[in-house]
Amino acid sequence: MNKLQKKILVFLITLTLLTPAGIFLPIFFNAGDAWGEWSAETVKNMIGYVPQGLAKYTDSYKAPLPDYSANSGDASVIHQSGYYILSGVLGVIIILIVMFIISKIIVKKNG
Amino acid sequence: MHIPDGYLSPQTYVPLYGAFIAVTAVAVKKIRKEVSVKNIPYLGMAAAFSFIIMMFNLPIPGGTTGHAVGSALVAIILGPWTAVVAVSVALIIQAFIFGDGGITAIGANCFNMAIFMPFAAYYLFKIFCRHGEKKSGVFWSSFVAGYISLFLAAVLTAVEFGIQPMIAHAPDGKALYCPYDLKIAIPAMAIEHLALFCIAEGLITALIVMYFYKHEKPLIYALNKGGKHE
Repeated sequence: MNKLQKKILVFLITLTLLTPAGIFLPIFFNAGDAWGEWSAETVKNMIGYVPQGLAKYTDSYKAPLPDYSANSGDASVIHQSGYYILSGVLGVIIILIVMFIISKIIVKKNG
Repeated sequence: MHIPDGYLSPQTYVPLYGAFIAVTAVAVKKIRKEVSVKNIPYLGMAAAFSFIIMMFNLPIPGGTTGHAVGSALVAIILGPWTAVVAVSVALIIQAFIFGDGGITAIGANCFNMAIFMPFAAYYLFKIFCRHGEKKSGVFWSSFVAGYISLFLAAVLTAVEFGIQPMIAHAPDGKALYCPYDLKIAIPAMAIEHLALFCIAEGLITALIVMYFYKHEKPLIYALNKGGKHE
């Protein structure tokens, strides 16, 4: 690994440790879901019914760590921040491995 | 901007899956031609950067949240074709592991954030940066590329949401998928992005491009491609 790659890695680790800002800021400024990313329940509260297709597809896949958390029911912001950082670390590790394998397969050019 | 499952009709998400797969196949060929083995580590780092930057949810006070994507930066530094694959991998991991974005919507989300956005950013940068390479010019070209490309991607996403009531509704007129039409979706997505999220995309793009410009200029794809180095 060269000097620049080391620097980028340190930068990425620093960013990962700062990700709980993505939890704290929305709470502090009282902001909710992203537009168009509401749960079926929230949609029902907004328009009075759950669209049929939405009801059918919405829980068709259960992600292992929904909302970047191992326990989304836990109300503690501190705990959620911990889960968030761990999700970030896990995501980065998986992505680095997947990209390394993909790049090895795709890239053949030397120099 | 991560469209969940159930918001897009099959008439929308199936063609977008097709487009995503077709463009990715081209991207793989381009990367094979353009990228050398010694640059492999940067591909993974780019995907990781995009993944992490999307975790920074930014709040519209009392309203919605959103985030930058990082596609503009990756497109300028490593080229739009590399951005296609790097950001797609980040989005697919987000969908499968963290439930951020639907599985049926992977094609749509990758098309918006990993195909349309990096190409928009790359060409915006090339258009604004073609007159010389002064420092301030590079900074502002990068900012504009990030700001406008995320805005355009948000509008594209809003169009995909907004056409649902038109193309798919129950016999009683009730929506089957996204219940909001274009008149609601486009202003909602456009305003929140213009006001905040695009500024974040513009700033991270410009600040990091400037770092590379000062220290690693030969690495910047958008400044070398088509230039005298080729």
